[in-house]
Amino acid sequence: MADPTPPVVAQAEAPETTETTVRTLGRDAWHDLVRKPTFVVSAVLFVFFVTIAIAPGLFTSLSPTDCDLALSRQGPSSAAWFGYDNNGCDVYTHTIYGARASIMVGVLTAIGVLLIGGITGTIAGFYGRATDTVVSRLGDIFFGIPLLLGALIVLVSFPGGADTPELVTISKVVLALAALGWPQIMRITRSSVLQVRSADYVQAARALGAGGVRMILKHIVPNSIAPVIVVATIAIGGYIAAEATLSFLGVGLQPPVVSWGLAISRAQDYVRTSPHMLLFPASALSLCVLAFIMLGDAIRDALDPKLR
Amino acid sequence: MGRYVARRLLQMIPVVIGTTFIIYALVWALPGDPFAGRCGARPCPAAYVAEMTDKYNLDDPLPIAYLQYFGNLLTGDFGETFQGLSVGEELLRAYPTTVRLALVAIAFEILIGIGAGILAGLRRGSFLDNLVLVSTLVVVSIPVFVIGSVLQLFLGMRWGIFPATVGGDASLYNLILPGFVLAALSLAYVARLTRTSLAENRRADYVRTAVAKGMPQRRVIGIHAMRNSLIPVITFIGADFGALLGGAIVTEGIFNVPGVGNLIFRSITARDGVMVTGAVTVLVLVFLLVNLLVDLVYGWLDPRISHG
Amino acid sequence: MATTQAGIVPRPDQAGVTPLLEVEDLHVEFRTRDGVAKAVNGVSYTLHEGETLAVLGESGSGKSVTAQAIMGILDSPPGFVTGGAVRFRGQDLLALPDDERRAYRGRSISMIFQDALSALNPVFPVGWQIAEMFRVHEGLSKKDARKRAIELMEQVRIPAARERVGDYPHQFSGGMRQRIMIAMAIALDPDVLIADEPTTALDVTVQAQIMQLLADLQRDRNMGLILIAHDLGVVADVADKIEVMYSGRIMEQAPVHDIYAAPAHPYTKGLLESIPRVDLKGQELSAIKGLPPNLTNIPAGCEFRPRCPYAREICKEQRPPLAEVVPGRFSACHFAQEVLEGDIEPVQQ
Ligand SMILES: Nc1ncnc2c1ncn2[C@@H]1O[C@H](COP(=O)(O)OP(=O)(O)O)[C@@H](O)[C@H]1O
Ligand code: SF4
Ligand SMILES: [Mg+2]
Repeated sequence: MADPTPPVVAQAEAPETTETTVRTLGRDAWHDLVRKPTFVVSAVLFVFFVTIAIAPGLFTSLSPTDCDLALSRQGPSSAAWFGYDNNGCDVYTHTIYGARASIMVGVLTAIGVLLIGGITGTIAGFYGRATDTVVSRLGDIFFGIPLLLGALIVLVSFPGGADTPELVTISKVVLALAALGWPQIMRITRSSVLQVRSADYVQAARALGAGGVRMILKHIVPNSIAPVIVVATIAIGGYIAAEATLSFLGVGLQPPVVSWGLAISRAQDYVRTSPHMLLFPASALSLCVLAFIMLGDAIRDALDPKLR
Repeated sequence: MGRYVARRLLQMIPVVIGTTFIIYALVWALPGDPFAGRCGARPCPAAYVAEMTDKYNLDDPLPIAYLQYFGNLLTGDFGETFQGLSVGEELLRAYPTTVRLALVAIAFEILIGIGAGILAGLRRGSFLDNLVLVSTLVVVSIPVFVIGSVLQLFLGMRWGIFPATVGGDASLYNLILPGFVLAALSLAYVARLTRTSLAENRRADYVRTAVAKGMPQRRVIGIHAMRNSLIPVITFIGADFGALLGGAIVTEGIFNVPGVGNLIFRSITARDGVMVTGAVTVLVLVFLLVNLLVDLVYGWLDPRISHG
Repeated sequence: MATTQAGIVPRPDQAGVTPLLEVEDLHVEFRTRDGVAKAVNGVSYTLHEGETLAVLGESGSGKSVTAQAIMGILDSPPGFVTGGAVRFRGQDLLALPDDERRAYRGRSISMIFQDALSALNPVFPVGWQIAEMFRVHEGLSKKDARKRAIELMEQVRIPAARERVGDYPHQFSGGMRQRIMIAMAIALDPDVLIADEPTTALDVTVQAQIMQLLADLQRDRNMGLILIAHDLGVVADVADKIEVMYSGRIMEQAPVHDIYAAPAHPYTKGLLESIPRVDLKGQELSAIKGLPPNLTNIPAGCEFRPRCPYAREICKEQRPPLAEVVPGRFSACHFAQEVLEGDIEPVQQ
């Protein structure tokens, strides 16, 4: 499925890891970052969205269940800036409360792919040979299944209902996305590890008899993780978009969960008469995705001396 | 060359088998009655259940049932849906529309994506360059279903410039709006890739040589720099075409385009396993073959790559 | 710009003949994020028909930038010519509009580069790249241009030229690639050929062949040749005159044999001592200690002072102009005469 592929970076775009790039992450990169407008803007947005997700109550006095059918689909007014949806719920409140589920899915999926892809990629890159071949082919197989299509099939196969606990619904979406998204991280980790592995100091440590796991934890991971983190950050934006898309298609999160994707999905039927139902949650969603992509982009630029 | 193609085709086999197996397993091997909800609200007739169970070897262990299914695929037999429709025929009916939609999308990627990328790359740091950078970032951040819904609302419904839905008449004109929506994300990537690639190549030594040879500016940029800059862009567009040929669930859904994406989505939600596995097999195959083709074209565009 | 620089000294021209190429008080700077790097600071030299001028200096001394400014192929931005003139047969190229200037490139002045692999376009056959000169400049048909390209490849002694005309740059060895560059550069019979370290990237044996080829072509065609190199050994046999550059300025200018016999500048002396010499085989080279000055912040006084074994108090305050030491020899050193005559002792530091 071509269309809703989340904005993932091509492998070639990931910064190359060398010892120096890692070192620059510490000092120069940080120095560069704080002076970059895109970084500052995305960092502010990031903090903003995370705050909303953690404490939505700070931003609205209403709760998402405070709905009044009499107000159904009323447009924006001074009383309700974003208007009301078809159930008469305040769109502003729903947009605020929608952040939590969306960001949770994005972040948890990123953690999931980092775990699966990071571990398999490190193993493939570090041990090489047959291990590498097996892991890489396995990655190819999952890579061949378009993210959205695969997630759709998984979620349809494990349907939930209105009585399913919120956390279970969210975990299902996370698992579906992570199960299909890991090869991307695996590939980047693998090539990053391959580069670090051939570095002199690693060869030296090997010659001195440093063992596998210790070696991986002490030398390989710290030095190869930078590009992986960058890609994962950008991918969070993609996963948030993917969750919204799945919810939009009716198979992702389910009410009573409040999420941007669900709100947009509901808006679909009333788009002609009540576009505010679509525009506000859609803007919030896009802005949030933008924040993660920009954040990852800015970090990558700072890490990649070639692009400076 | 022939050996390279043969090797690549051989490598494809495990990927195709693995991918189709995963899909097959997801669709068929789930806990619960595979016929639940298959025949509308009523339970399926016993005779029908028996026939289907026999036909798809559902009583056999999963790997065996799968192998039999895959054997049939090899002979070109995609099977029949529970409604008795031939999967092959259904796919053949949907494919031309998807191909046309993909072509429209690719045309946008080439025209707008490459065009904007060239303009930005030629004047790095200019207002136009920044405009392209910012707008592509914004486009990448807006999920496809949001772009689709918003454009449909304004261009289709409010202003009536394009038909809001396609329906039975998948003429090129009717496909312009969905084609653009489908292209939006890749278009942004193409623009950025072209820009970076061109800006990089403009500084290349051989471009300086062309200037030193007294070549006119138009030839220096248009032939010497451009030819090299477009290699990665063409590769990207080619691979994207392969993905687009898999159909577009969201875009086709929003604009009611009767293509493969629509077909797959309907089959998934109807839990029509035969159709889903058949369609996914085809699109994975197409995706892999197009990628092989792209690699061959790459070798032809860049003489340094040899597939000897 | 020029006023801050000491010493624009008129040079003796060959008896009133207009020189082929005349660079006068050229200034080039790069405006980068880290500041303005003054890469060329008042370079002047002249080149006559059939003459070979060698430009020597450590890497970073501004040799290539000078050549790029002459060709008009500076990376701009960040590079800008901020003063001076480049006259080809009396016509100041810097004063010409872009399209008129283009007519000189490849036709009147052409250039070959250090790294032929990156200087050739990787995606076009070498024959195509040579033939392009004839197609664009002379409007030849594809077929005729190709024929001429093959002839040129034969002239620069590429074996099996006819078979290899369709090959790509990466399919040739380093030496052969440099020959292709040379073929391209001499295609239109230019009056001036600038060769920017044409052999630095090559093996020693191949180096000698390429130098020989350049020398032969120059003699046959009576071209003016500007040969850029970073050590004297490479150019000693073919050059007539030598310009020694340091920190974007000419430090010494003299006929090649004079300089070889007795340098008139401590920097040249240092360069000479670092040439590997057959008679001193196995001995340690004495490369000049220290680093060239930071071009974004060239200190006052003599640019070479921090590394100069003979530096005195005056060198700290006054920048020595390029001045005539003995007839035909110029040096930018307060103690040029003494250095030339070996009449000065290093200062203990
Ligand atoms: N493209 C460029 N951008 C910025 N600075 C440059 C560039 N090219 C040259 N320079 C500056 O000009 C100086 C001289 O360079 P160059 O002429 O290439 O030295 P060389 O004598 O080795 O040929 C360099 O040290 C650098 O500071
Ligand atoms: S002027 Fe002074 S510092 Fe400069 S080269 Fe001559 S002696 Fe050395
Ligand atoms: Mg140089």
